Amino acid sequence: MSNEGRQVVIPGQILGETPALRPGRGTFVENKKILAERLGVLNIQDNFVHIIPLRGRYDPMVGDFVIGVVEEASTSNWMVDINAPYPALLHVHEVPWEIEFADTEKYLNTGDTILAKVLSIDESKKLQITLNDRNLFKLKGGHLIEFEPSVYRRIMGKKYSMIEIIQKYTRCRIKVGKNGRIWIDGDAEGIEKVLSAISMIEREAITFGLTDRMEEFLKKDAKDVR
Amino acid sequence: MTIVPIIKRDYITKLGEQGKRIDGRSFDQYRNIEIETNVVNKAEGSARVKIGNTQVLCGIKMDIGEPFPDTPITGVMSTAAEFIPLASPDFESGPPREDAIELARVVDRGVRESQVIQLEKLCITPGEKVWLVFIDIHILDYDGNLFDAASLAALAALLTTKVPVSRFLKELNENDRNSWQQKLLDLYTIPGVDEVPFGASDTKNNLQAINDFPLPMIEPPISCTAVKINDFVFFDPCFDEEVIADARLTVATDHKGDIRAMQKGLSGSFTRDEIQKVIKGALDNGQEIRKTLNQSIGK
Amino acid sequence: MKSDIELINSEGRRNDGRGPHDLRKIKIEAGVLHRADGSCSLEWGGNKVLAAVYGPREAVPRHVQNPLRAIVQARYNMAAFSVEDRKRPGPDRRSVEISKVISEALEKVILIEQFPRASIDVNIEVLDAEAGTRCAGLTAAGVALVDAGIPMRDIPVACAAGKIGGKVVLDLGKEEDNFGDADLPIAISPRTGEVLLLQMDGHLTVDEFNEAFDLAVKGCQTVSEIQKKAIMQKYQSAAAEVQE
Repeated sequence: MSNEGRQVVIPGQILGETPALRPGRGTFVENKKILAERLGVLNIQDNFVHIIPLRGRYDPMVGDFVIGVVEEASTSNWMVDINAPYPALLHVHEVPWEIEFADTEKYLNTGDTILAKVLSIDESKKLQITLNDRNLFKLKGGHLIEFEPSVYRRIMGKKYSMIEIIQKYTRCRIKVGKNGRIWIDGDAEGIEKVLSAISMIEREAITFGLTDRMEEFLKKDAKDVR
Repeated sequence: MTIVPIIKRDYITKLGEQGKRIDGRSFDQYRNIEIETNVVNKAEGSARVKIGNTQVLCGIKMDIGEPFPDTPITGVMSTAAEFIPLASPDFESGPPREDAIELARVVDRGVRESQVIQLEKLCITPGEKVWLVFIDIHILDYDGNLFDAASLAALAALLTTKVPVSRFLKELNENDRNSWQQKLLDLYTIPGVDEVPFGASDTKNNLQAINDFPLPMIEPPISCTAVKINDFVFFDPCFDEEVIADARLTVATDHKGDIRAMQKGLSGSFTRDEIQKVIKGALDNGQEIRKTLNQSIGK
Repeated sequence: MKSDIELINSEGRRNDGRGPHDLRKIKIEAGVLHRADGSCSLEWGGNKVLAAVYGPREAVPRHVQNPLRAIVQARYNMAAFSVEDRKRPGPDRRSVEISKVISEALEKVILIEQFPRASIDVNIEVLDAEAGTRCAGLTAAGVALVDAGIPMRDIPVACAAGKIGGKVVLDLGKEEDNFGDADLPIAISPRTGEVLLLQMDGHLTVDEFNEAFDLAVKGCQTVSEIQKKAIMQKYQSAAAEVQE
């Protein structure tokens, strides 16, 4: 591994052997060999071999914060697109409002955007989300964009360092969904700056030292930031 | 169907009020246009057009067939468009949907009604044999404004099309040959110039020597499309703009500055002033696009 | 199939100048389309192919869903202008069959059990056709699947061998396909050698089959390296961009 970039691996590539190493996410084992199952960046920690995916759909996990777009309202629930392979179900019991039967459309309707949490995933990957938690609500105003879900961690940065820098220099309110969606609220210039910051992260996601370069980038044209 | 979040729509209109667009363009500004010709070897002519992220490929195939009974001395053209599922998560395989048929018909009209292809020069033997021109439009990547991308691809492909005479010589009988030969000489001998532009100097006696020759074309009109969202008129809509648009207007203008074809689409409406605005923008952008088109065909 | 046309001379030189074991020129690029989840453009001799992957996404209509795994729906389509005589747009019996065998080949390497009820859609568009489009299409699909981040055991790859003028050769060209003695397209998992697709038409002795099969596998291995290079080129460049 060089200091500048991390090692990119592809499906079927041999990454090591058990039991010296142990297979983690994005890997599988065949004849004691650990192999990569998808395109990604190799990450070995405490003898565990992981692949951090570079591409692909959002893979939901219970507890994830996601930004969903309502596809359909029915009498006792909503179907919500959360950018996963499957739509997620939001039941009337999982929202903070008292909803009378068949009154769902008054609260959330097709095209509405919500900040939600993944509640459960069953064996056949049926998803449920909830709005019953702190900081979960229907989003109003602002702008919604999508990014490669795999760069979520880079957008947040270590201990949220990256997202804090972006908020500081753009003076925007930002909500990042783990499912590859970002909601941004602020003035047009600020939003534009956030957009270029996100695409810079997507381009350079697999390199080190990105947070420092980001600060440099945002400092330019941001003279009014005190 | 991709569902457009309401906040995206609101954001686009909010920007509109500030005179801005979602990708930083001005209202009448096009995205970058790239035209690449001769991209398909098997086709008689072909072009790939990129407008921003939108990509359209057009291929021209030619054949010999019978003319329509009511137009015995003109060639036949037909246009088809396929919204193949490769280009968008919302496109499905199967017979063309009405969107694809509208697109094909608008492109077809743009070419046919302004007589861009000189179909009367594509008759081989009156009432019996004429050249058939098939325009096939393949959408490769859909990020809005298929009308302009498709018609531009069709024009670039037609302008680089070579009539495949050599491949079809076997299909012509003595009568066809004599008729066609005279036709060619009439059409392609430029007064005052001895040289026959399709390659062979002894064509009078030797049809075998006839090479493939460029499809006879006149200077084509250029299509420009704008959409209306609330009270704003945006040229060359990207996907996000197109899916929330209330109305769409395509205007094809020629090199003299005249209007040659129009098509209004979607359920919204335009005012007279807005139509004037679109015509003005179509003329200005049309000129620029014409330059790009001419460059791409080496003119 | 037989003809008087000489396809290979006594020195083993083919009409396009290749030796018996030479591939045509191959060029692969990953990630070429904006809307698709993964994509690839591929040129193989005179073939030009685009592949685009969408998914995994919920399979529709519902009755095609498998509650235990994803279904793989490859769709091989030839553009009307991709062949000498214009082809009518839309699927014909040939493209339906090719779509089916390609879908089945891809299913074997994709980790479909990870996505119950889902569909992984692989669209293969042949834009310019010159013998060997199914191999070109499957090879492009393999790269597009990687580009889409689909979990797989391996990157599938295809190549054909055949027999012309009584000799076993690699990767038949247009004339060789039309006037040769036999064509044997195969697809494999290059890491394990497992055969994912195999078709044969023409006439081969068992010995000739074995020779052709081994040659096609070798061809697959060569093409596999080109696939991998194309993927690395796309994704390593992100790292290279900021290197001084």
